[in-house]
Amino acid sequence: MSWTKKVLRVNLSSGTVTEEPLNMQWANDYLGQRGLATRYLVEETDPACDPLGPDNKLIMATGPLTGTTASTGGRYSVICKSPLTNAIACSNSGGFFGAELKFAGWDMIIFEGRAASPMYLSIENEKATLKPADDLWGKSVWEADKMLRTKHQDPQTRIACIGRSAEQGCLYGAIVNDLHRAAGRSGVGTVMASKNLKAVVVRGTQGLANVDNPEAFMATTKAGKKVLAENAVTGQGLPAYGTQVLMNVINEVGALPTRNMRETQFEGAHAVSAEAMAEPRKSDGKPNLTTNGACYACTIACGRISTVDRTHFSVKDKPEYWINSGGLEYEAAWALGPDTGIDDIDALTYVNFLCNEDGMDPISFGSTVAAAMELFEIGAISTAQTDGVELKFGSAEALVWAAEATAKGEGFGRDLGMGSKRLCEKYGHPELSMTVKGQEFPAYDPRGIQGIGLAYATSNRGACHLRGYTIASEILGIPEKTDPLESDGKAGLVKAFQDATAAVDSAGLCVFTTFAWTMDDIAPQVDAACVGDWSSERMMEVGERIWNMEREYNTKAGLTGADDNLPARLTTLPANVGPAAGKVSELDKMLPEYYAVRGWNTDGSVTSDTHQRLGLPG
Amino acid sequence: MQKSLHIDPGKCTGCLQCESACSLENEGMFNPSKSRIKVFTFHDEGRFVPYTCTQCDEAWCMQACPVDAIVINAETGSKDVLEDICVGCKVCTIACPFGTINYNTSSGKVVKCDLCGGDPACVDACPTQAITYVDANATGLDKMRAWASKTDNAT
Repeated sequence: MSWTKKVLRVNLSSGTVTEEPLNMQWANDYLGQRGLATRYLVEETDPACDPLGPDNKLIMATGPLTGTTASTGGRYSVICKSPLTNAIACSNSGGFFGAELKFAGWDMIIFEGRAASPMYLSIENEKATLKPADDLWGKSVWEADKMLRTKHQDPQTRIACIGRSAEQGCLYGAIVNDLHRAAGRSGVGTVMASKNLKAVVVRGTQGLANVDNPEAFMATTKAGKKVLAENAVTGQGLPAYGTQVLMNVINEVGALPTRNMRETQFEGAHAVSAEAMAEPRKSDGKPNLTTNGACYACTIACGRISTVDRTHFSVKDKPEYWINSGGLEYEAAWALGPDTGIDDIDALTYVNFLCNEDGMDPISFGSTVAAAMELFEIGAISTAQTDGVELKFGSAEALVWAAEATAKGEGFGRDLGMGSKRLCEKYGHPELSMTVKGQEFPAYDPRGIQGIGLAYATSNRGACHLRGYTIASEILGIPEKTDPLESDGKAGLVKAFQDATAAVDSAGLCVFTTFAWTMDDIAPQVDAACVGDWSSERMMEVGERIWNMEREYNTKAGLTGADDNLPARLTTLPANVGPAAGKVSELDKMLPEYYAVRGWNTDGSVTSDTHQRLGLPG
Repeated sequence: MQKSLHIDPGKCTGCLQCESACSLENEGMFNPSKSRIKVFTFHDEGRFVPYTCTQCDEAWCMQACPVDAIVINAETGSKDVLEDICVGCKVCTIACPFGTINYNTSSGKVVKCDLCGGDPACVDACPTQAITYVDANATGLDKMRAWASKTDNAT
């Protein structure tokens, strides 16, 4: 079966906590996690609601494979309406929290309303209790984690928590679990803060004993692990170098957005790459990277465990940061590094620590700093706003200052906490915001990689690489190589990636498995775990259904085809150097084809035929 | 040939596949809280350390048991708990210096690693060979090889 078939409903306004059965019809249609929780959100909320008001709901959801022995089967997602984009938000996280929730006997938690004062939710198996969190409010994730561990006296407790940035209204607040894994994007932490909910503490000792066909499950999951181990990316590249293996690769193909995406190659890329993380540093002979670490049940283990050089200006007087913690992943390293023109790996690692400690999405934060640096360069912002700090491209000191201010919501940090779109609007230059639907770009330039531009423009949660990672095909040749500079044929590629990813995100698995796994590796594992027949075709159909449901949610939230766009910089200012020199994003060519491939109207709305065919709600 | 579990913390990634496999083998479910092998994460130090029973020859748990519920498995050398005889007094949990025998609240008995009767599930599940099952007479072989490779004459 693999679902626990139990939902925990927490009404923060009334302080009630109730158990209800999982809607199994919806589980059949939407599988779990991303799809299933979105189905609940669609049913229970008005997409036009204020994302930070009590009518928005926040759902933490696991997938059917979460908590099992399937490789990477430890994921959970947070679903709500986003305050950054006013569209659907769905952020996925690893670590150990999701599996623990499952071991406690719950498929998902639905939070509704708003508490009158700060609270946290404590779950010990079937017992769930709201407790006061006045003492935790105003504390960082790391401080709150320590205090909660002292209270609960159980070292195996897993904690998901928001930081001070979200409390202060930073619109890209993340929910951080296990100290350095995060449901990072679209401000899901900010929604949690708006509900006066500081943390969820969970301990589960009931375990999972109900996979549908245990023998087939052990056989298929074992076969899956073998595929991951023998694949060059998941078996060697990711464990050794992490996602940071991409820094030099993407720079070389001329698609590393640099200095707020003005340029497409960064001269300092090597200094902030995976290779640099492994080089011994001068001060103590140790490399930045201590070891790799895994999330629950993950046999890839791409996670980075790093230290900051103790002699570095950012931490030399702060021994509390002389520790190991989550190190640089590619997207964070890019946003904090190349996009701001900074090649100081210790500054980047320290700021990455701060993003984890106070729950900020490092992609949105770094990109917003990059936009602020360009505003500073053209004189739209001056030292009058920045407490005298020279907010210049390449300044590690400025980045560190900006991170500390945004983490606490102080001074100019409040402006940075609005995100790039609102910041650039406030200072009179909306054209400098590198966003789609108000969410900041990740680390691939759509001029040098055409398909990803279409994926960004049409992503249901705003600019995002994890909604359709065409980089796999366009750069790495997975499952087959397509020309990154060519826009023809990318509409179908983007749709296929988007649908497959929606299904993987709903299963409890990590999307990184798809560097090695096709749907034919994944579907048998789901099929063995869940009742009913789960073929690859059914998984793809579920993915397509989810994608269209999210699209219809966004339409009801007020978004239109006009929001499937890219900043003019990417469609009119050609790449300056590298293999893509002279290219702009050909979004205008790809978008109509994409709508057609999707079975949508030319204005980007879902046709009633497609709506009917997929059996969508409403 | 008798074999021992051999643990190399330097290879561990903290994924808990061993705990998942152990609980499935012994409890019939995925449930790390019931695993007989435990991985400890030392966050600030960036280390993951799996830990379980070392199967002491003169086992404290066995010596302490007042009802002789812990016996030697002649084939594997493991010290096994006889569930039918165990009365759940927990004296063994006090006697064990390493904490690797524990009380199970669901069964009312103590549980410890029994090497799965000679085919440890954790070994099979470990993706990085941090846990291996090797000749009990030569558990130091890996370390000897590592040091041997550092001698001047090694090429």
